Amino acid sequence: MKSIEIKDLALSFGDVKVLEHLDLDIQDGEFLVLLGASGCGKSTLLNCIAGLLDITDGQIFIKGKNVTWKEPKDRGIGMVFQSYALYPQMSVEGNLTFGLKNAGVPKAEIAERVARASEILQIEPLLKRKPSALSGGQRQRVAIGRALVRDVDVFLFDEPLSNLDAKLRAELRVEIKRLHHKLNNTMIYVTHDQIEALTLADRIAIMRGGKVLQLDSPHTIYNHPATKYVAGFIGSPGMNFLEGTLTVGDKPVFDCNGQQIDTSRYQFDKSTNGANRPIHFGIRPEHVVAGRDAAEQPFNTEIEVEVVEPMGSDTLVWSQMAGHEFRFRMDGQSTVSPGEKMPIGFDPVTASLFDAETEIRL
Amino acid sequence: MTNEPFGPRPRRMLDPGRIILYSVLIVAAIYYLLPLYIMVMTSMKGMPEIRLGNIFSPPVEVTFEPWVKAWDTACTGLYCEGLKVGFWNSMQILIPSVIISIVIASVNGYALSFWRFRGSEVFFTILIFGSFIPYQVMLYPLVIITRELGIFGSLTGIIFIHTIFGMPILTLLFRNYFASLPMELFKAARVDGAGFWGIFLKILVPMSPPIFVVAIILQVTGIWNDFLFGVIFAGTKNFPMTVQLNNIVNSTQGVKEYNVNMAATILTGAVPLLIYFISGKLFVRGIAAGAVKG
Ligand SMILES: Nc1ncnc2c1ncn2[C@@H]1O[C@H](COP(=O)(O)OP(=O)(O)O)[C@@H](O)[C@H]1O
Ligand SMILES: [Mg+2]
Repeated sequence: MKSIEIKDLALSFGDVKVLEHLDLDIQDGEFLVLLGASGCGKSTLLNCIAGLLDITDGQIFIKGKNVTWKEPKDRGIGMVFQSYALYPQMSVEGNLTFGLKNAGVPKAEIAERVARASEILQIEPLLKRKPSALSGGQRQRVAIGRALVRDVDVFLFDEPLSNLDAKLRAELRVEIKRLHHKLNNTMIYVTHDQIEALTLADRIAIMRGGKVLQLDSPHTIYNHPATKYVAGFIGSPGMNFLEGTLTVGDKPVFDCNGQQIDTSRYQFDKSTNGANRPIHFGIRPEHVVAGRDAAEQPFNTEIEVEVVEPMGSDTLVWSQMAGHEFRFRMDGQSTVSPGEKMPIGFDPVTASLFDAETEIRL
Repeated sequence: MTNEPFGPRPRRMLDPGRIILYSVLIVAAIYYLLPLYIMVMTSMKGMPEIRLGNIFSPPVEVTFEPWVKAWDTACTGLYCEGLKVGFWNSMQILIPSVIISIVIASVNGYALSFWRFRGSEVFFTILIFGSFIPYQVMLYPLVIITRELGIFGSLTGIIFIHTIFGMPILTLLFRNYFASLPMELFKAARVDGAGFWGIFLKILVPMSPPIFVVAIILQVTGIWNDFLFGVIFAGTKNFPMTVQLNNIVNSTQGVKEYNVNMAATILTGAVPLLIYFISGKLFVRGIAAGAVKG
């Protein structure tokens, strides 16, 4: 069953069109991540779903009900914000119960729900404190609790972890995932952090300029990016791109400044129409094999190491291939030094080919 | 080796910058304190001693007679009942004016920063512009308006006038303060089902005491010190303290009683001073909070 349905949504601030013709279906119990660079309209979309912005056009359904004109409180949603947005003059308990009191929930039930939420989030010892006496991680837990006590079908998160330091972020990330397994309700989670997106999502919607570029599972987004933008956006360090020509003879061959790569193993999405054409050839740094094993790969060549970046678990090597910057990952234990010549190889089946003009996957 | 820097940097007590700074501050302090000193001293002297002309010397014989007279029996025009009548008139004008203007302005500022409506920016600009118009320009029209409303020369009239003239600056103050609060707080409250008044009263007002203190100080000082509006709109019965002070000081009958005049002046200035001393710290905090974001 569909939990949320967005039909032909548009939103503009005056003359600025932020969202246009946006359609989105979210299944019951799904964890959907909206991922995109800053300013692409993620928060705006979330605010539209929450009813905090009046939309310019389109319809929004939650649980099959048309909520397009409904107030936020009547939409069956709970929301968690980046800045926590706790009411500073109220205790943690006051923060948790504010919404329930406004809704006229009976006292006994309020107590029950607060007890349950604070147990799940382990904030029982904090109930009497003011938000100013809490750490960032605790504050965000309380903010999640505030959404939890509302007992709603849909949770909306707007970059909830962005204000936390790296370690806490990783901890709370797992906790949100656990929470989702436990409650099994629909969650929409906005972030610009691809690690959060890849780790949490059932499906990721990659957004750019108010449009959804690709909506797929993390696995598909990572391995079969639909456009060059998505390919470059997902993965860190980013995908290597080589510009060249695809020649279609007996077998398709990619030619980049004289470097020939046989792409007959690559699975084309579209027929190549038998014509030669300029393309971008993308290969992820982690799909490149370096050193002795390189010879076993369908394609191999030799490069010269320029810069070495040890990162502990693995080492990132910067080099050049056919006049393009080329990065690849090696085991963290390997010793490489700049200037060294090194054999590398990869399997073109792991590559992504994009039309040079439309930047759409071939 | 002895000059090798080590540990905290030694402080030079008398660097030239500091000397200049303190000199300027001291001169400024004297400049403002001297008149006050003369006033206090003169108000505690008898008339014979004043006629000697040593205005800087402290009183030989301390007397509080002039204070009592200023409060109780000094003549303000036809009546000789002292400043106390003016004091109570001023209170009757002050308290409702301050409360009404702040209540309205805070709601205005709240609406302008969180419930943006079509044309709210234009409305705000007009309001700001209003605070720069010299108010003498509006006197005559306002006289006509209040007369037509039937409140000219009454307590209601003068309260109405003070509320209107306080509006631009107070709304600006509150709008800027509320605009500096995170929008997400407001959104969270809406998701929690709080309405226009719920958000204002239960969330924003409790977190805004400093800005209310600033508003109170601005209004108390402004309204208490007002002379022009009082003389025009309040009506003879309701003349505020400042008007009566003027009548005492400028009375043309008899000798000029400098000691009574000084005492009357200090009494009139006491209320805003007191407010400031009580809430000075909060005032500074509120000003700083409001100044964070424009
Ligand atoms: N209140 C507003 N008025 C005008 N433009 C806005 C407003 N809020 C957001 N925008 C614009 O809409 C775009 C999308 O903003 P937002 O949804 O906050 O991006 P994201 O959350 O993806 O970083 C941005 O270009 C931003 O400048
Ligand atoms: Mg955002």
